[in-house]
Amino acid sequence: MYNKGTIIPGLIIFVLLITFPLWFNAFSKASTAPKIELPPGGQKECVKPAAEMRAQHMVLLNEWRDDVLRNGNRVAVTAGGKEYRKGLQTACMACHTNKEKFCDSCHTYTSVKPYCWDCHLTPSVAAAKKETN
Amino acid sequence: MKYAFSFLAVIALILIAWLGSQIPGMPYLFGVALPYLAMMIFLGGCVYKVVQWAKSPVPFPIQTTCGQGKSLDFIKHDRLEAPSTNAEVVARMFLEIVTFRSLFRNTKSEIHDGPQITYESSKWLWVFALIFHYSFLSIVVRHMRLFLDPVPAWIGWWEFIDGIFEVGAPGWYISDVGLVVGCLLLFSRRLITRHVRYISLMNDYFPLVLIFTIAVTGILMRYVLRTDIDIVNIKHLTVGLVSLSPTIGAKIGSIFFIHVFLVCVLLAYFPFSKLMHFAGVFLSPTRNLKNNSRAVRHENPWNPRILPHSYAGYEDEFREFMVDAGIPVEKELSPAKDE
Repeated sequence: MYNKGTIIPGLIIFVLLITFPLWFNAFSKASTAPKIELPPGGQKECVKPAAEMRAQHMVLLNEWRDDVLRNGNRVAVTAGGKEYRKGLQTACMACHTNKEKFCDSCHTYTSVKPYCWDCHLTPSVAAAKKETN
Repeated sequence: MKYAFSFLAVIALILIAWLGSQIPGMPYLFGVALPYLAMMIFLGGCVYKVVQWAKSPVPFPIQTTCGQGKSLDFIKHDRLEAPSTNAEVVARMFLEIVTFRSLFRNTKSEIHDGPQITYESSKWLWVFALIFHYSFLSIVVRHMRLFLDPVPAWIGWWEFIDGIFEVGAPGWYISDVGLVVGCLLLFSRRLITRHVRYISLMNDYFPLVLIFTIAVTGILMRYVLRTDIDIVNIKHLTVGLVSLSPTIGAKIGSIFFIHVFLVCVLLAYFPFSKLMHFAGVFLSPTRNLKNNSRAVRHENPWNPRILPHSYAGYEDEFREFMVDAGIPVEKELSPAKDE
């Protein structure tokens, strides 16, 4: 083999680069499997079945955003016989009050960074703001 | 027919993965065994190829120069186009790999009435290649969020820039569109340009169709066919794969197995295809050699070892025979021998 001095380091760099996830995970602390917290209030029924919500909640939220903000159509949705006004804070977070335990557990694990919180407040932050004003 | 056959091959692969993953127990084949096998073929095959290449000697500096080589002090040296030091070669290689300067020089030749041939700069290939390769890179980097646990912050920054348009939910990425469009452009270039079409083979079309299908199945999985595509469940599997303890928890939709199977085929096919240009670009003698053929003596590595043989030595060896044959010699035979 010719040019061993460059070929072998090059191949080592290549193999290390390709196996990067292998040794990255070996040297870092694995996060615990995300476990979402069910509504602390004990509500059992969501606006859609759980499987559908799990797969499509971002689509639903996007549609609601367009409906409410662009079409001014904040009609109520019913879940479990109770009516909620469309909206992340008014509907979703009325039951799923804890953002960290409900939203963030999966989002952090899979590196999903929704921009909901650029504008929205979690119930605890909203309550804190109300007090200071 | 060459391109039609590529489509047929990919459709057959999709059917294998789709039907195969329905059989109980088979998800472990498509989700665990084949990815490991494909990765080993990819790594082993690439290393083997590079070692094979490195075994071929490069006897002469055969760099292609596109500018003034290093000469007298008052002649301006084009350091990038005719590099004469290692640093200049590294700069040239870096720009070649990062910006595809060779493709930037692509020309289009046409025959007009006369007959007269004209050459015209043609940047399309360069533009298509940039779109395609950078989109591909971005997608590979973004996929690291499924393999790394915890996800490092820089992957989040990368995703943010790639999805800077913040369209829809789940967010839409520039690189997704770039890869699909890049494949379509490169494919149609091969179909539409007549002389490129003439030299295109099955192994030119097949990787393009395969990568296009991988991109489309990925996009379908993200936006359309979301049944049983639970990202947390999938990340358990992918992190398990790179922690060498893979498990498949809940059921995963077949679109995932189709996507993964096609990626496995791509990985296994990689070392034996033209896609090896990713390593070949580093080993191109026309790019990675110094333009110093006059300044440095280059010896052919397979030359036999021939020692210098002076005339004095030659005469020492054959003096007796030369005297016998009556050939004049510079040094006579020693007279002591005659007595």
